[in-house]
Amino acid sequence: MPVIDRHKADKAGDALFKGVSYFFALLVIVLMALIFVVLFKESLLSIRAFGFKFIYTSVWDPVAGEFGALPAIWGTIVSSIIAIVIAVPVSLGIAIFLTEMAPKSLKGPIGTAIELLASIPSIIYGMWGLFIFAPLLSEYVEPYMVEYLGFIPFFNGAPLGIGMLPAGFILAIMIIPFISSVSRDIFQMVPPILKESGYGVGATRWEVIRKVVLPYTRSGIIGAVILGLGRALGETMAVTFLIGNSHRISIALLDPATSISATLANEFTEAVEDLYLSSLVELGLILFVITFIVLALAKLLIGRFSYKGGNL
Amino acid sequence: MDAQSFHYMRRKFYNLLALSVSVISAGFGIFFLFWILKDVISFGLPALNGSFFTELPAPPGAEGGGLANAIFGTMLITGIATAIGVPSGILAGTYLSEYGRKSRVASVVRFVSDILVSAPSIVVGVFVYALLVKPFGGFSAIAGAVALSIIMLPVVIRTSEEMLKLVPDATREAALALGAPHWKVTVHVVYRGALRGITTGVMLAVARVSGETAPLLFTSFNNSFWNFDMSEPTATLTVTIFNYAMGPYEDWHQKAWGGAFLITAIVLCVTLLSRLIVRRKAA
Repeated sequence: MPVIDRHKADKAGDALFKGVSYFFALLVIVLMALIFVVLFKESLLSIRAFGFKFIYTSVWDPVAGEFGALPAIWGTIVSSIIAIVIAVPVSLGIAIFLTEMAPKSLKGPIGTAIELLASIPSIIYGMWGLFIFAPLLSEYVEPYMVEYLGFIPFFNGAPLGIGMLPAGFILAIMIIPFISSVSRDIFQMVPPILKESGYGVGATRWEVIRKVVLPYTRSGIIGAVILGLGRALGETMAVTFLIGNSHRISIALLDPATSISATLANEFTEAVEDLYLSSLVELGLILFVITFIVLALAKLLIGRFSYKGGNL
Repeated sequence: MDAQSFHYMRRKFYNLLALSVSVISAGFGIFFLFWILKDVISFGLPALNGSFFTELPAPPGAEGGGLANAIFGTMLITGIATAIGVPSGILAGTYLSEYGRKSRVASVVRFVSDILVSAPSIVVGVFVYALLVKPFGGFSAIAGAVALSIIMLPVVIRTSEEMLKLVPDATREAALALGAPHWKVTVHVVYRGALRGITTGVMLAVARVSGETAPLLFTSFNNSFWNFDMSEPTATLTVTIFNYAMGPYEDWHQKAWGGAFLITAIVLCVTLLSRLIVRRKAA
């Protein structure tokens, strides 16, 4: 092949390859936009019928064609908050244990075990919760909770083993491996010289953690927690098994409730009327918007820390 | 006791207290995680037998039968999802690491993929339902595969970008200096250098989507029989586990445990294997 032809072929190949890879990169942005557009278009029917009332009313009656999303939104947010309240201290405990305390021979195996557990499908957590954990709760834990802590409105309700609190608890167990492996990675980024300076002036291990490690990693850890919150908000299978699917807002956390994802999982294939289906899609849109905002926030915080995303 | 040694004791005490709390919470978390694993093994393993892998589900309420069609369905749908998601993800990752780098488009793509990675998978299911199920008149294997590929895409993009970036620029420059065109440098030099890392990332992405349930509930739906037609509803292990676990029959619950064991074992093995590959590279 003459040199000039070959040069042309190379140029064409370059343009093609660059073009194709550019196309697929843009595809991601298009995909994100398309999700918003398609969900919005499909929920138009429900948006026109209910307007903003959809968000703040709590009647969910498919037979009468009346839909209010408040119980589902409430359940999504409350179960995620329960999960975060339980998971964050435990996860930080695990991360601190792994980075600052564990002997070398334990660090590797426990770290790997935690990462492996983060990869277990969420349906396993949900199923375990339903078959093993819920019966134990309803027999040995919840009756005593109602008896001794029942004066606090939160710890009241029907001791069925199924409800908002059990769902939040299983959600916590599910996100613990995720938050702890991300925060372990962040703790490991503290320059050793900072910690050594702390120990050098006679600080105890806890003082080094509290006054050097935590302040240094603050924005990263907050980001990791919000990332965990994002996961909890959108999680379906772990919640659906345990939340009880009841469209009623109750301050008593032992009572059955529902969440956006559980409502979708349970009712989507049964919805035959257009308005019912459209209301369910609007629920999905609301969930997507909530998680988008939460995750964007996490990304900005972690981005400042130049930490590049969690482990799978 | 003088003030100074009291102060010292107090610091020691707080240190001990905080560290014990940390150890206890670590123990608490690890205890639950292993408890779950133990139950999955002890209930799931006995449910596995020859007919579990070879037979179709028995009619509701009847004993026996297996989940052969669901096992096949999971492999089929995951396979197609991989065929769609992996090439597009690697190419988009190539754009980020080889062309876009610090450009505005690249940073937007990174931002969007990072959000898509953690986006609720059930919403992806709703999206694909509106896009591919409703207009085309029914649940289908291909809709399930598209839903899984959307979940896979951002994972593959981010890991392949990370892995491609690990190839030193000097290697690229050396190949370019020999007169190779940019695309040949990318395919023959950069890809080769990042092959192991990208393979690991792909394996992890495949493991992750093979355990997904939510996006399949209203895309590929379910089926009690063998299905080889891509435009028909298809059973998958995860959706079958969901239906069986929610169902009333003891035999179904056992099957669900068996399925749970199988999917957990596959996911854990793939994850462990990919870690071993990475470790060998480091050594």
